[in-house]
Amino acid sequence: MKLHEYQAKEVLARFGVPVPKGRVARTADEAEAIAKELGGRVVIKAQAHTGARGKAGGVKLANDPAEAKQFASEIIGMTLVTHQTGPQGLPVGSVLVEEAIDIDKEIYLSVAIDNSPGRAVIIASSQGGMDIEEVAEKTPEAIVKTHIDPACGFQPYQGRQLAFEVGLGGEHLNAAAALIGNLAKAFLESDASIVEINPLALTKDGRILAADAKFSIDDNADYRQKALFELRDRSQEPEKELEAHDAGIQNYVKLDGNIGCLVNGAGLAMATLDAIKFAGGDAANFLDIGTANNPDAVVSALKIIGSDPDVKAVLVNIFGGLARTDIIAEGTIQAIKGGHVTQPVVVRLAGTNVELGSKILDESGLDLGRADGFAEAARMAVEAAK
Amino acid sequence: MGVLMDENSRVVVQGFGGAGQREAITGRNYGTNIVCGVTPGRGGQTIEGFEVLNTVREAVAKYDANVSLIFVPAPFAADAILEAADAGIPTAICITEGIPTLDMMRVKRALAGGKTRLIGPNCPGVINPAAKSRAGIMPVDVYLEGSVGVISRSGTLVYEAVDQLTRLGIGQSGSVGVGGDPIIGTSQREALELFEADPDTAAIVLIGEIGGTAEQEAAEYIRTMSKPVVAFIAGATAPPGRRMGHAGAIIAGAAGTAAAKQAALREAGATVVENPGDIGSTMQRVLKERGLA
Repeated sequence: MKLHEYQAKEVLARFGVPVPKGRVARTADEAEAIAKELGGRVVIKAQAHTGARGKAGGVKLANDPAEAKQFASEIIGMTLVTHQTGPQGLPVGSVLVEEAIDIDKEIYLSVAIDNSPGRAVIIASSQGGMDIEEVAEKTPEAIVKTHIDPACGFQPYQGRQLAFEVGLGGEHLNAAAALIGNLAKAFLESDASIVEINPLALTKDGRILAADAKFSIDDNADYRQKALFELRDRSQEPEKELEAHDAGIQNYVKLDGNIGCLVNGAGLAMATLDAIKFAGGDAANFLDIGTANNPDAVVSALKIIGSDPDVKAVLVNIFGGLARTDIIAEGTIQAIKGGHVTQPVVVRLAGTNVELGSKILDESGLDLGRADGFAEAARMAVEAAK
Repeated sequence: MGVLMDENSRVVVQGFGGAGQREAITGRNYGTNIVCGVTPGRGGQTIEGFEVLNTVREAVAKYDANVSLIFVPAPFAADAILEAADAGIPTAICITEGIPTLDMMRVKRALAGGKTRLIGPNCPGVINPAAKSRAGIMPVDVYLEGSVGVISRSGTLVYEAVDQLTRLGIGQSGSVGVGGDPIIGTSQREALELFEADPDTAAIVLIGEIGGTAEQEAAEYIRTMSKPVVAFIAGATAPPGRRMGHAGAIIAGAAGTAAAKQAALREAGATVVENPGDIGSTMQRVLKERGLA
């Protein structure tokens, strides 16, 4: 789950990572009031789950409270379209009103999970303010890393080492090293999957501040990070996905094509999208039904797929392991008979209880496309969607 | 032979609830020596003919269990893995999905240098068809005894690949589901090492996914292997930045894309399949070319 910048900064500040003075505003009047309180120039930043907000008109520098109000009224309610959001963009429901800072130097700082060693890694670069992927490609020597040992935790020398390496030695050393330690603590205690500060700003008046912040939390830790998960902003998630999540279907991702997919297992679901592409079509969604131990779960999933106006055909591709094909077959029939799916349906069943599953489909009296193999099923679905 | 599981495998099922019991029965019917279940506080019961014990340590003392198959719910799964390791179980196979990454970070650190190999979590388990030895959730009917090893991050894609092979009459020496999470106990590379060393394995199917760099690390090893590898990467058409079901399957950066992984595998000498429907037929062709069929 992603946090907004203002939420990320609140969390970071709680852990002792310094951030610019500021607060979130949900109306232009609130923005004006915060600007007055802060005094001087302020930055108005659109709160949406995307980067590159500045280029899209979501970040403005205001010279006085009146201007802050003006900009906030323009930004709140806008739809922010960036290369990360896709053409539909993201709604902006609030702005962060922050003191404008004069930046002397920009640093990149993040904590992420390094899968292979299975450790959290702190990544820093003297090339702040830029896309880190680009830095990695062009000047890999400008990136420094240190891994956190899960047994003994972050050690102070790691903060010092990184601080020196990105040019924050001298008078800034203690503040920078402490900040890095606090960031590591924020990451670990929040069950974060990534925390990125880009840039970490060294200001002309000698402060080190997280000028921007991205914060994602491990969805698997929701049961023990309840306070953070209450910060979830549903307006930033596609409507169709919310509908799916509310129906108890966690692994649904809306896509651009016209073939609705119901598959078990994330890998098979991804491969099904690939097979559809190979057959000349495009999937309307990714959906991993998981174990599906009752037909109702299948009906709920097919309701979501069937009610998607983009969907012209439905492909049910199940290779039962823990999932039972007979339950999938029953659920599919119930969904069609219940009028939840009116598009042509292609079913491919294999694995656990496949004889029973096939028999249930045979005896349903429904006109279903039936395929034995995976590629064949994809071809039939693409054909049916035409 | 085969990898990780054989005739001498004695499996304890940790988390002996509905799924654990069902898979224990399937395993027993298949011919696997499932010795008991473990559910703390349920010791003394007998369920479906399996004795239930309170601790893994008891399972080792009483039945000499040497494989633990773990179904314990996500919030308690890391603890269960560590219990298996502490009891001296050499192979712990964790099926559980949804374990917080930070828990796995601690588990991985605790197991490092120890005697326990962890497979998974979020995986379908391990099977050896020749030994009829199965610790996992895979359907057994699709397997055929033979000489192809199958390694996959995804469970259902293991079944898919095995099914395609079996339909062409190509049997398997075993399959290892390494798991779909960001932090797993045994990497694709390590699973390749096991099959490379197994005299009953002639060739390997490797099924990777978008996200992370594990396939690139596997490719480094493939370069040095004597046995042919047929590889497929799921998620070539997935949009970047979206988690596709598996917590590990999210493209972050250029290395995580299917194209980057395919290129690394090709470069290392693997035969890369782009259409998932072609895994079996490609292996058939490779076996013929190598004179292995």
